Amino acid sequence: MGKSRASLPLPLISVVGQPMANAAPAQEKPELRTNARVKMTMQHDEQVLQVLDLKVTLDGRVVVANLSFTVRQGEILTILGPNGAGKTVLLRTLLGTLPYEGSIKWKTGTRIGYVPQRLPYIRNIPLTVADFFALKRNAGNGVVEMLRAVGLGGDISMTLIGDLSSGQFQRVLIAWALAGDPDVLLFDEPTTGVDIGGEETVYALLARLHRERNLTMLIVTHDLAVVHRHSTTVLCLNQQPVCQGPPLSTLTPENLRRLYGSEVKFYEHRHE
Amino acid sequence: MSPLLLSLVSGMFIGGAAGYLGSLMLSRRMALVAGPLGHLTLPGIALAILWGFDVSLGAFPFVILGVIVIWLLEMKTKLPMEALTALVFASGVAIAFLFLPIEQAEAALVGDISKAGVGDTALSVAASLAIIFAVKRTYPKLVLGNISEDLAASEGIDVKRYDLLYLFLIAVIVALGVKMVGGLLTAALVAIPPSAARNIGKSLRQYTLGAMAIGVGSAVLGIVLSRVTGLPAGPLIILVSTVIFVLTLRFVR
Repeated sequence: MGKSRASLPLPLISVVGQPMANAAPAQEKPELRTNARVKMTMQHDEQVLQVLDLKVTLDGRVVVANLSFTVRQGEILTILGPNGAGKTVLLRTLLGTLPYEGSIKWKTGTRIGYVPQRLPYIRNIPLTVADFFALKRNAGNGVVEMLRAVGLGGDISMTLIGDLSSGQFQRVLIAWALAGDPDVLLFDEPTTGVDIGGEETVYALLARLHRERNLTMLIVTHDLAVVHRHSTTVLCLNQQPVCQGPPLSTLTPENLRRLYGSEVKFYEHRHE
Repeated sequence: MSPLLLSLVSGMFIGGAAGYLGSLMLSRRMALVAGPLGHLTLPGIALAILWGFDVSLGAFPFVILGVIVIWLLEMKTKLPMEALTALVFASGVAIAFLFLPIEQAEAALVGDISKAGVGDTALSVAASLAIIFAVKRTYPKLVLGNISEDLAASEGIDVKRYDLLYLFLIAVIVALGVKMVGGLLTAALVAIPPSAARNIGKSLRQYTLGAMAIGVGSAVLGIVLSRVTGLPAGPLIILVSTVIFVLTLRFVR
């Protein structure tokens, strides 16, 4: 991380913290998303996502409950919490693959790019990087360009996915998510420490993409440094929301104890 | 047309379609689903043999029943597929042998393609082409759904809807496959060619075309060998594909 610090941009977006259980109603704005210039001017107040009173139950166990938050255009929201806190479940619910109670409202026409943490089944069959992009609806001819944008050479497109290093694979996943020209990027646990010297880190890459494309980002992490350096807003989640707001004022020692400490749990820890 | 030619034509198309569809099933570790479905067809095959109609037509309603049963059981119990396999497999075999005379069991167990007529050959070719066409149309979506439901969802693909089509295609290939290799060996028809192709394929295209080619080749070679040796074609087709698989092992990187 140290090497890339100089290249990190300051947050471009003013911080928009939403007090819990006090979310503003969805704003009815006209469709503006095709015009990038207009989008830039609207980025401070345009609401992209509104979640109200979300509850997710999997196999009879409540995984996420009482969760309300909003995300605005251009915001970088990090979702922080210990293992098993429901962070990945939250992302998957936002994508629409899990059943839930409450409401999730994406702004009409929002294109979502998703960067999963792992894809265990992708190595079952021989897929080249180009094959993987061909599975996408409108990846078009920009594959090489997308790969370059994430710091990979175009010649990697004929390489089998199974032959990539984990760092390369993560970049391919990011490029894949970007190929559909998304408005919002959902990123599950970016990993660090796999980068070769001289390359920008994954986080520096995300910061650059945020700057260049005015992407709204939701990043799941348990790395505090990431939250402080890269996000405009943080949502601390341990099955229920523990705290949310701008990182500096939100991540107080008291709140972190509540998030990670065992003495203040909303649910009894059960070994099942 | 001679029966040999007809059985070769049937075999080529069924083998090719099975290999192609199997290449998709392997991406999801579902290749063995064809196993319990194949076993479940046994009562249908038994009826077809007793009453003298096309084996695939007898098998099809039972395999559709099997798809529904497995789908419902998995939703209801969330049991692993292996457990449901054992349950479904045993029931299918047990019911078949309640009323199928044991001396007529060979065709049900290992298939019999040597008596293929013009009508059922045409049926096999048409159904195989329909499978190949349907798989080709939906391949990217199904592969993406197999790799990750979440990625598919981010692409706006309704995985559940395609799952049903996918199961239906599996049902059709099983119904066709039992005619050629019988109720016990259908799983191998969809599992072995793609497994061999995976060993040598360096791209998705090589892999899928390879699976299809190995499926066609095994069927043709197996039927010819059956003609030469007088042994049943079903087991020979499967064994040829096994030999091809073993030969591809040396290319595994």
